This record gives sequence, C-alpha cells and structure tokens, in this order.
Amino acid sequence: MTSVAVAAEGLTKRFGDFVAVDGIDFTVAAGEIVGFLGPNGAGKSTTIRMLCGLLRPSAGRGLVAGIDVAADPEAVRQHIGYMSQKFSLYNDLTVIENLRFFGGIYQVPRASLPERLAFAISMAGLEGREERLVSTLAGGWKQRLALGCAILHRPPILFLDEPTSGVDPQSRRRFWDLIHSLAADGVAVLVSTHYMDEAEYCDRVALINRGKLIDMASPAEFKRTNLGGELFLVECRPLGAAIARLQDTPHLLDVAAFGNSLHVLVEDSAYDSESLTALLRQGGVEVSLAHTIAPSVEDVFVRMIGRTGGPH
Amino acid sequence: MWQRLMRMLVKELLQLKRDRWARFHLIVPPLVQMLIFGYAATFEVYHVGTVVLDRDNSQESRELLSRFSFSDRFRVVRIAHTDAEVAEAIDHDDAALAIVIDAGFAQTLRKGQPAPLQVIVDGTNSNTALLALGYLNLIVERYSSDYLADSLVRAQAAGPVQQPVRVEIQQRPWYNPDFNGRWFFVPGVVGSLTLVLVVSLTAIAIVREREVGTLEQLMVTPIRNYEYILGKTVPFFLIGLAEVCLVALFGSLWFGVPFVGNPFILLLGTVLFLFSTLGIGLLVSTTARTQQQAFATNFLVLNPMFTLSGFSFPIASMPQALQWLTYLDPLRYYLVVIRATFLKGVGLDLLWPDMLGMGVLGLVLLTVSVLRFKKSLD
Ligand SMILES: Nc1ncnc2c1ncn2[C@@H]1O[C@H](COP(=O)(O)OP(=O)(O)OP(=O)(O)O)[C@@H](O)[C@H]1O
Ligand SMILES: [Mg+2]
Repeated sequence: MTSVAVAAEGLTKRFGDFVAVDGIDFTVAAGEIVGFLGPNGAGKSTTIRMLCGLLRPSAGRGLVAGIDVAADPEAVRQHIGYMSQKFSLYNDLTVIENLRFFGGIYQVPRASLPERLAFAISMAGLEGREERLVSTLAGGWKQRLALGCAILHRPPILFLDEPTSGVDPQSRRRFWDLIHSLAADGVAVLVSTHYMDEAEYCDRVALINRGKLIDMASPAEFKRTNLGGELFLVECRPLGAAIARLQDTPHLLDVAAFGNSLHVLVEDSAYDSESLTALLRQGGVEVSLAHTIAPSVEDVFVRMIGRTGGPH
Repeated sequence: MWQRLMRMLVKELLQLKRDRWARFHLIVPPLVQMLIFGYAATFEVYHVGTVVLDRDNSQESRELLSRFSFSDRFRVVRIAHTDAEVAEAIDHDDAALAIVIDAGFAQTLRKGQPAPLQVIVDGTNSNTALLALGYLNLIVERYSSDYLADSLVRAQAAGPVQQPVRVEIQQRPWYNPDFNGRWFFVPGVVGSLTLVLVVSLTAIAIVREREVGTLEQLMVTPIRNYEYILGKTVPFFLIGLAEVCLVALFGSLWFGVPFVGNPFILLLGTVLFLFSTLGIGLLVSTTARTQQQAFATNFLVLNPMFTLSGFSFPIASMPQALQWLTYLDPLRYYLVVIRATFLKGVGLDLLWPDMLGMGVLGLVLLTVSVLRFKKSLD
C-alpha cells in the first residue's frame, strides 16, 4: 500500500502574472483516497488538470504512475480515469452508447467489454435504463455513469474533480461508497470537493488556499493539529447578542454561527461549559445547552482559511 | 486505431441522427434553393427591352424591325443612331438586347446571300438573354422564310432560280463572354451550399464539444489527435459527398439539368473541395471557444468566399488585388470544375490546375488546423 501513484513536486501554474497553483508538493499512494479541500479559485481544478496532462505546469512536475506527465502526457492516459468538474458525457447519447463509446476509446478488449459495461451499469444503478438518453437522467445517476465511463479501462489512478457537486445527499453517500470500494481494490483516488463532510471519508485531506498547500493530514490529525483549541456547541438566544458578548473576550479564539446554534472555539482548558454559560448569562443571553464537541473538518477549514486569507 | 476511429464515427453519426437542426439544414435548404433556382430559370420572358440601330434604312430592314415592334416578347425602347447610343442603352440597363442592321443588309439579301444581323446581348442575366434570343431566332427565321417565299414568287416571274436567302444572326454577348446557359447557376448552388454546410457543421461540432466539456474528457483518454480529427471530419466528408449527389441527382431528374461530363472527374473535384472545406471548418473550430464565436467566424469567412468565388460576379472584372485573393478560395476552383463537368463535359486536361489548387489549399488548411488543434488544448 505504500507504492506512490501520484506525486506532485513543486507543481506550479501561472496564468500571466497570476499564480493559480504555487509550488505544491504531495503524494497519493495506491489504494489511498486523498481529498482536495479549498475555497473557490483555490487551484484544485488547476492542479488536477496539470496531473491529467491537460495543462502544462509552469514549474515543478507531476509524476503519475511514475511518468512525468508534462514530458509524456500520452503515456499517462491509459493509467488514469478523470471526471472533470463539468459533467461531460454526451447528453444526446443513451447510457449504453456513452459506455460503448468510452469503452471503444479506451480500447477495452472486445472479450471483456460486455462484462465491463455490465459492471459499470450495475455500479451506477442504471439497470433497465440503458437505452435512456443521458439528458433525461437525474444528477446522481449522471455522476455515477460518468464515474462508470471513467473506470471502464480499470485505471489504477482516478482524478475526480468535484464529482458530487449538485447531487442529493443520498446519491453523494452512494457515490462515496463506490469510491471506497475502488480504493479497496488498490485504486489511488484524488478527489476535490466543496462538501466538508465528505472530507471525513478521505484517508487524507489536503487543504489548498490561494494556490498553496496549507496542510495535508488524515481528517483526525488535521482536526487535532489545526484547530488550536477546544470547541463548544452553544444553543442560546438571541444569537446576535451572544456573538457580540463573546467577541474580544480573552482566551476566546473564534465564534461562528451554525444554523441556530454557535460553535465557540476557546484556548485549551480556558473555559468549561459552566464558565462559558455564566459568561453568556452575564450578557443577558438565554443559554439552553453548552458542551464540548468533536470538531468537524469544516470547523477547522473555516478557521484555517480565516487565518491564511480568504479566497482571491 | 481502427477501434477508436470506428467508435468516433458511430458516435458522430448517432449524434447527427439526433440533431434535428443539422438534419433540417442538411436536407431542406439545398432542395429549396434548387427549386427556387430551377423554377426561376424556366420563367418565360416578355417585353425584353430592346434597342435597335438601323444603318441600312431599307424597306427590308424596316420590315424586319417592325416584326420586333409587334411582338409582345420585345419592347423597342430606343431607336439608336450610333454605336455609342446602343452601348449607353445597354449599360444603363434600359435594354437587354440590341439589334444592329448594318448598311448593305438589303443589298446582300437581294443578291441571295446570307445577310448578317448583329445581336448584342447583355449576358449578366444569361437566363433572360437566352430566352430572348430564342424568340429573336423565331422572328428572324419567320422573316427569312417569308422573304424567301416572296423572292421565289418574284424569281418565278423573273426566270432563273436564286439561291435560298437567309438572315444570319451574329451573336455578340457582352459581360458574360462564355454565355453560360440557363443552368449556369444551379451547379454553383451545389458548390456554395456544400461549402456552407460542411464548414459550419464541422466547426460547430468540434466547438460544441469544447463548450460542453466532452472535449476535455476525451483529451484524457488515449485517443490520438488525428483519430479525433478524422472521427470528426469523415462523417462530414461523407455528408458533403451525399449532399452533392442529392442535389445533383435532384437537379438532373427533376429539372433535367444536363450532365454532359464525366461523373468521376466531378467526384475527384468534390473530394478535393471537401478536403479544403473541412480544413476551413477545423481552422474555424480552433479559433473559437463558444458556438456563437464559431457562427460569427463562419459568417466572416464564408461571405468573402462567395463574393470571390465568381458565383455571381465574374472574377475577370474584379480589381487585380482581389483576383489574386480568389486563388485562396476553394469555391473558385470548385465552381469551375462543377460547371465545366456538368454543362460542358470538360476533361482533366483542362481542369487539372483547378484540381491542383483545391488539393494544395486542402493540404495546407488541414495541416495547419491539425497543428493548431494540438496547441489549443493548453
Ligand atoms: N485558463 C485559465 N486562465 C486564467 N486563469 C485561470 C485559468 N484557469 C483557472 N484560472 C484561475 O485560476 C484560479 C484557480 O482556479 P481553479 O479552477 O483551479 O480553482 P478551484 O480550486 O478548482 O475552484 P472551484 O472550487 O471554484 O472549482 C482561479 O482564480 C481561476 O480564475
Ligand atoms: Mg474547480
């Protein structure tokens, strides 16, 4: 499981004066799922497109299946599957026509083609819908079909650029199950996402902001090392007054509203639930609940993006 | 390579089959144009503006001219006294036809020799001109036979039998020196429509893939540049061929446009022409990011190509600089080939420069666009 499938070494992309990706280093091992997190315009797609050989790096290099992508992009193609951020199957073809097309383009041997097509169809849950035009499918099915097309040739490396955007939660869940089963077969997966909850499904997450790789670690480690404090969930009313009360309080690092409750980050062991409740009640806030919670990746993400500067 | 190419072809044809817009534009406009040109070409003409110049001023010449005045096919708009007046009437479009009788007309006739009658035709509208000439012929023939009958009567009275007398028409068409027939435009329509269709369809088909994002998806597959380009162009090549056959057959069977040439020479010309149109389509597709841009570029490219092709304006009467430009226009060559094979039965011995022109253009355009296509990925 330690063989390196993908390696970025000082990978950089400039568009004119603008540096979209700025000297990124990381690796993805076979069978590993690495999640790319970052706000809009962080450089996730640009990194993935360089690794697929769609963009030429301005500096540094990407090694995919041991091949320098920029030097020999054609050699890399057979080893990778790619789902671009934009849905990109043929809407005016049917499910089976799309699969046959990509099967042919990837030169799947004729003998194994029926079995691969059947696998892709069942994986996408599209049995009985083979003859439907892709344009008439719902989002979740489309995404799974796109994944099916991208893995027809059994690539050992998968690049998925926001594969679940705009898909309902149940379909997203199902999609992640597919990714996990592929990884279990030894496929290296690099997947970018906007959904913070999905980061928890990854073996490691890479946080990218303004073209720079800020941190890369397992979700647990990521949360532990990056939060820099203890997190409390506080249910109280009114929220506005509570936020005002908590701002500029010593040892209090961050306050953020989550729905109709607050996530309050404090320096380690500076407060407990009682002292926090007391503090708020002094400010005339009605507190119904206050206790520590395990932080989500989103908590850490919001905090780190805040520290390193927002989107461009 | 074959597996991938075949897959591309199947896919393109399936997409084309489902594309109503393309289907409509492949079939309807060519036939409509054909019908319009075909029927317009067979309209009868009346009251053709005519200028007459009678230098003979004899009983015979006046008799002949009066027959034109009485015919409803002609309308004598002017009685000229000099050549300059004749030219002026035609230049100003007052008249489409001039009849000039030289001095000595009657004398020649009386000697029993063929008497020349000069007819000048404004050839820019070859269709009207041809029909008018037909009626003119009728009138002159009738005049000749009447005159002959008269002279025979007189000859019987006088004794010795004279030679048969006739008036000989000397045509001098202006502005369209070859004096192309009524079907002159129909083969031209075939070429122009093929150009528009092939260029637009090729450019749009590729740009649409770029716009939708499927091109990016394809670029990460092992498909080769040339496989993709062949997959995209071969269907339109076949469609172009079918289109030419469809319109040519329709023209021949429905309207009876004569096809006097060698179909294989036309086929060769069509193949070469399609190469260059596919090259143009590809080139347009490499310059455009969106379908709208492709439409706009098509418009910019196709319009000058029409103007320069000689479809409606004779190349010989263009300024020299523009005449040079026409050598870059494949339609220019194809029009020569298609008209020459359709109407005149001209062979390769005369057409090879045009074939060569299209071949070279096609090769250059295709090479440049394939090279550019690679670059435009980044
Ligand atoms: N071809 C290009 N030319 C110029 N700038 C570009 C180009 N492609 C991307 N950029 C810029 O580079 C930056 C990074 O873009 P990228 O698409 O990699 O971001 P991302 O992290 O994928 O964002 P998102 O989450 O919105 O997809 C953006 O500011 C974008 O505008
Ligand atoms: Mg992106």
